[in-house]
Amino acid sequence: MFALMSNFVFVPALTYGSQLALGALGITLVFGVLRFANFAHGDLMAFGTMGVVLITYWLQAHGIGIDPLPTALLALPFGIALAVGASLLIDRTVYRFYRKRRAAPVILVVASVGVMYVLNGLTRFVIGAEDQRFFDGARFLISAGDFKDLTGLDEGVTIKLTQALTVVVAVLMVAALFWFLQKTRTGKAMRAYSDNEDLALLSGISPDRVVAVTWIIAAVLATVAGTLYGLDKSFKPFVYFQLILPMFAAAIVGGIGQPIGAIIGAYVVAFSEVMLTYAYKRALMYIGPEGWGPEGLMQILSTEYKFAISFLILVFVLLVRPTGIFRGKVI
Amino acid sequence: MSAILTRTRLAYLGIIVLLLLVGVFQSWSVALVMINLCLISAVMALGVNIQWGYAGLFSAGTVGFVALGGLAGVLISEAPVIEAWDVGGAGLIYSVATLAALIAAIFIIMSVMKPGTARRIVMTCVILGGYFAVRYFFDPATDAIEGVNPSAQGFLGGLGLPILLSWPVGGLLAALVAWGIGKVALGLRSDYLAIATLGIAEIVIAVIKNEDWLARGVKNVSGLARPMPKEIALQESPEFIGWIEWLHSGALSTVTGDERIQMLRDFAQQDAGTFVKLIYMLLFTVVLLILFALAQRALNSPWGRMMRAIRDNEVAAEAMGKNVTKRHLQTFILGSAVVGIAGAMLTTLDGQFTPGTYNPLRFTFLVWVMVIVGGSGNNHGSVIGGFLIWFAWVQAEPAGILLMDGLTFFMAPDNPVRLHLLDAAAQMRPLLMGLVLLLAMRFSPKGILPEPIRTAR
Repeated sequence: MFALMSNFVFVPALTYGSQLALGALGITLVFGVLRFANFAHGDLMAFGTMGVVLITYWLQAHGIGIDPLPTALLALPFGIALAVGASLLIDRTVYRFYRKRRAAPVILVVASVGVMYVLNGLTRFVIGAEDQRFFDGARFLISAGDFKDLTGLDEGVTIKLTQALTVVVAVLMVAALFWFLQKTRTGKAMRAYSDNEDLALLSGISPDRVVAVTWIIAAVLATVAGTLYGLDKSFKPFVYFQLILPMFAAAIVGGIGQPIGAIIGAYVVAFSEVMLTYAYKRALMYIGPEGWGPEGLMQILSTEYKFAISFLILVFVLLVRPTGIFRGKVI
Repeated sequence: MSAILTRTRLAYLGIIVLLLLVGVFQSWSVALVMINLCLISAVMALGVNIQWGYAGLFSAGTVGFVALGGLAGVLISEAPVIEAWDVGGAGLIYSVATLAALIAAIFIIMSVMKPGTARRIVMTCVILGGYFAVRYFFDPATDAIEGVNPSAQGFLGGLGLPILLSWPVGGLLAALVAWGIGKVALGLRSDYLAIATLGIAEIVIAVIKNEDWLARGVKNVSGLARPMPKEIALQESPEFIGWIEWLHSGALSTVTGDERIQMLRDFAQQDAGTFVKLIYMLLFTVVLLILFALAQRALNSPWGRMMRAIRDNEVAAEAMGKNVTKRHLQTFILGSAVVGIAGAMLTTLDGQFTPGTYNPLRFTFLVWVMVIVGGSGNNHGSVIGGFLIWFAWVQAEPAGILLMDGLTFFMAPDNPVRLHLLDAAAQMRPLLMGLVLLLAMRFSPKGILPEPIRTAR
């Protein structure tokens, strides 16, 4: 029973939540500094991951790998470089123009939708719209058999390598990000700029530098999140486009513009999504008496509606507490 | 003012010339199909212009409202499936009643109990219990409905009314959903409406795709009723034949006997399709003209002036006592309703309801590009944008393939790079449209036909 919940609810939700958290952090940082909801973030993820996938294939073809870890980790820096380059170029060519004119945020949102389609088109142009599986290396960190041998229990807890990898990488990234924001000069400048733009300008903080650093961080986070998601499931451009809804939901639930909020929000969204779409049939069979199985799958919502869950959480938060858990920016 | 008038006339003239060129160089049938889709696009663009051009509201969910309009086409025109109602109708009604009871219970708890932990616990229990109670009636009912003759029916059917009625109903359905979503998301940051509409569109499409009992989901509903007779029926009707005889009397007089009968049959076949397309064109033009006249009147009325004032300076408008959130809600609903009407028109034209085709690029983003390129805030601009961008959209794929072919002419026919590029030409559309939007916003933010600057008279 415990093993079942761990294998199919807790660990997957934790993994998915970590991936969402990295994505939502990027959205929330861009929002905090540049003050608009970046619709292109999901496709930036796809674009960076595309770089990782292509380099991974190249490395695999040349027999270079770091078994048992997936080759994609080796390719990650190239993908990050690609995504960072792309977002700096986009900022220079698209967003800077509107920023200098102090255009209304909604104009930037529309522009980001344009960027979203350009990135989406480029990704599909280069790698195609089909599913790509680029995971290699060991599949399990702890397989059911190992766990039984280790503990002597007769239920097997399994943890896939990608799941462990996701959580470890996410923790490292978040720790590094918070250290950067709290301790370094640039990080402090970023927070000051996000808090009060005019005051920050007055104290000599260079806006171009802050904006560039924000884009770099967002692109790094997006590529890492995208790669981890792709390793865990598979890489498909359209799925990444759809991920922006749960990421926005996570950022808003936690309080948009608040990094801690984005992380908490991501886990709220991920756990609700997994718990509400999990088929509890087998779990109930364990609790209930012998031979008493429920008839249906006992699923609260079918998996096709998992985006509805992010949306419902979003609506609930907008109705009850539009600033989110950690009092983000509103209006 | 007159400069804009000339520009408007020139733009319309340009569109007509483009469509004539299609007729001459491709075929008149292609041109007619294109005109019909252009007209629908123009209606959609008009709807989005009401939201964006009048009020500055950014909705990222146009595709959802188009799909709702299409759903209305099925729900209105299909004959009801009596058998499905027999097996599952009662269960569905019970589940709706349970849902109503649940909502009533929530409101009672909200008013009777004081806010606090106790209320939260009771509320959660009631919602969970109520949800399972609804599912208790709902699941067997929908299973039974989907079991009725699944290859052809397996859904409740519609009302069996004329399909033209679905146009206003589609608008109403879209307006209803827009009201719900606007209530939640308006009055907060402008970005929240965009995010919320993106979500509702995804959900509307997921529901339409997965709830087979409603409109057969991805199994599609084909052979929808038509507002006019089918081509086959036309070819056999004596009036139509007589009309064809009169139209082609010159050509027909040159031949006699069996040859003449054969020729007449060919003409009838050919012209029946054209005739049907022309009727559609007429219907769509009437709708576009009515909606255009209404939109134009609204824009030039005191209400339109108020909307512009709100769009250009929300704080000042609020200081003048205008209820900004309410006006925003109003325009959002109106615009969505127009989009819903266009959605129903599209389903009518296609003669089938195919949920798999509702993709955000084609229906949300493309319409956006139409409005922005055409000139936001100018209704003429939206119509022009609708025609022009649809034209570019249709021609983009052959042009892309031609371009790739030209770029790679020096490579061997089976060169992998060449094959990949030719294959990827189909993916050019999002890239191209994204670039068009970004370039238009940057270098011509007012569009082809800018919004006229109104001065006090």
